[in-house]
Amino acid sequence: MADPLAGLYQELILEHAKRRSGSGLIEPFDAERFLRNPTCGDEIRLRVRLGGDAALVESLGWEGQGCSISQASASVLAEEAPGLRVSAVRERIEALRELLRSRGAIEPDEQLLGDAVAFAGVAKFPMRVKCAMLAWVALEEALDELDAR
Amino acid sequence: MTIGTEPTTGPALTEERIEQLRADFPILAEQPGGVPLVYLDSGATSQQPRQVLEAEWAFRTQRNAAVHRGAHTLAALATDDYEHARERIARFVGARPTEISWAMNATDALNTVALALAEANRARTVDASLRIREGDEILVTEAEHHANLLPWQRLADETGATLRWVEVDDDGVWTTEALLARITERTRVVALAHVSNVTGLVAEVEPIVAAAHAVGALVVLDACQSVPHRPVDLRALGVDAAAFSSHKMLGPGGIGVLYLAEALGAALPPARLGGSMITTVTMTEREFLPAPQRFEAGTQPVGAIVGLAAAVDYLEAVGMPAIEAHERALGERLAAGAASLPGVRLVGPRPGQERAGLASVVVDGVHAHDVGQVLDAAGIAARVGHHCAQPLHRRLGVAATTRASTYLTTTEAEVDRFLDVLSGVRSYFGAA
Repeated sequence: MADPLAGLYQELILEHAKRRSGSGLIEPFDAERFLRNPTCGDEIRLRVRLGGDAALVESLGWEGQGCSISQASASVLAEEAPGLRVSAVRERIEALRELLRSRGAIEPDEQLLGDAVAFAGVAKFPMRVKCAMLAWVALEEALDELDAR
Repeated sequence: MTIGTEPTTGPALTEERIEQLRADFPILAEQPGGVPLVYLDSGATSQQPRQVLEAEWAFRTQRNAAVHRGAHTLAALATDDYEHARERIARFVGARPTEISWAMNATDALNTVALALAEANRARTVDASLRIREGDEILVTEAEHHANLLPWQRLADETGATLRWVEVDDDGVWTTEALLARITERTRVVALAHVSNVTGLVAEVEPIVAAAHAVGALVVLDACQSVPHRPVDLRALGVDAAAFSSHKMLGPGGIGVLYLAEALGAALPPARLGGSMITTVTMTEREFLPAPQRFEAGTQPVGAIVGLAAAVDYLEAVGMPAIEAHERALGERLAAGAASLPGVRLVGPRPGQERAGLASVVVDGVHAHDVGQVLDAAGIAARVGHHCAQPLHRRLGVAATTRASTYLTTTEAEVDRFLDVLSGVRSYFGAA
């Protein structure tokens, strides 16, 4: 297949879509979010547990179904968020959102994004941005809920 | 263009003929993704030929005015076009002009019927035959588009009626016998799609109408996927109401058609009130015009209606029997081709069984959204998702399917291209 999709389906993404790191719901947990993308039926249930006086993301687990982009982005998030400070995770979520909405105008910051830099290609496929952000928005909303408590 | 009372047969849609027709559709020469467009999404929205665009342009630049009011000549010309369009569309589906009223689209038309029935239940002055009481039944199929499910769900909730449905099998198919067995003395409404937008199943309408009428139930037909693609005579079918959308039949968006058979149109109260639908209004009272104006509150999109009439002219000039035959062959080619691919599951009737010119598939181990992306990269515009039929997809055990739908401009080569790209999807994602 001549591959105009190579920018979208990076090897890392296809790998993660199969690996599904963090797949499975954790116990105990501090907050849970269920999100659904009604246009394609992708869905995720994500649980997060904080540590270090609630300053760190200690553990993260999820279950869901959906396209390779949504599943891979959940997997990347679950591998990389644990151990990070909550503020750093929020910064990373915001950076990914900004990158994906840029339609390719922003150069990805690998330092900031980690493996999520592989999703840079999604920016050129606006219909897929929601897929890539699904797990990340679920985590963001879970953190919002914890902040509000 | 031939305009007759009988549907014109038109020459068969050979490769040469299709090539001629395609020249009428400017968008088919576009390359939105940098590759030639293979448009297999007419089931969602069809493309418009030059003739439709030109008719709208001519109306908007030469005859545009408010219809049915005003004494000026321009208003009279606009009214002529508007009512001529109604006559054209009525003739196209075997109806009388008074049985055709305008809606925004088929969804709006179906909602109008359900809302009007709800209103009939509130307004005590209305024909008792329209009353729906607690314990009555509204019957649908498990394969309905949400537009022909949710309005009935709500009507059941509001009236205390029970929503019943005929179940589909593992392929998403329901049978006439099973549906007939669900019709009881308590059935008040039977609502079903003439052609399923997901499975391509073609409903046998006549026996259902006969059984429904025998118990005094109304039959409401979602004709979105039938009227654009095959000859349909609504009077001959005997349904009480039907709905279809202009944008799925070469016409502009924003306009749809509500067919109400004479008796129902006379009995049904309006769901929406306002201008252009009354005879007398006082500060406390109102009297309504008869159908169809009663169901047309407010200014209608006249330019779009003129465009729809031009679309009907175009379809009739090509010939609905020829379009049906062409799409039947393409539907079979799609179904047989998809069913023969390893790791691809065909939804709907099996190859060889009757189906409309569309097919939905599930690729093992690959989400439909990813399938759609690979197709798109090859220039193929297909639809992925639940196609507004979540209960059907839940029953099929999938979140989404990939659908290819054809029309009069679709070629065999396009269908083959779809099947070819589809056959490579699993290996791309390492699922093969």
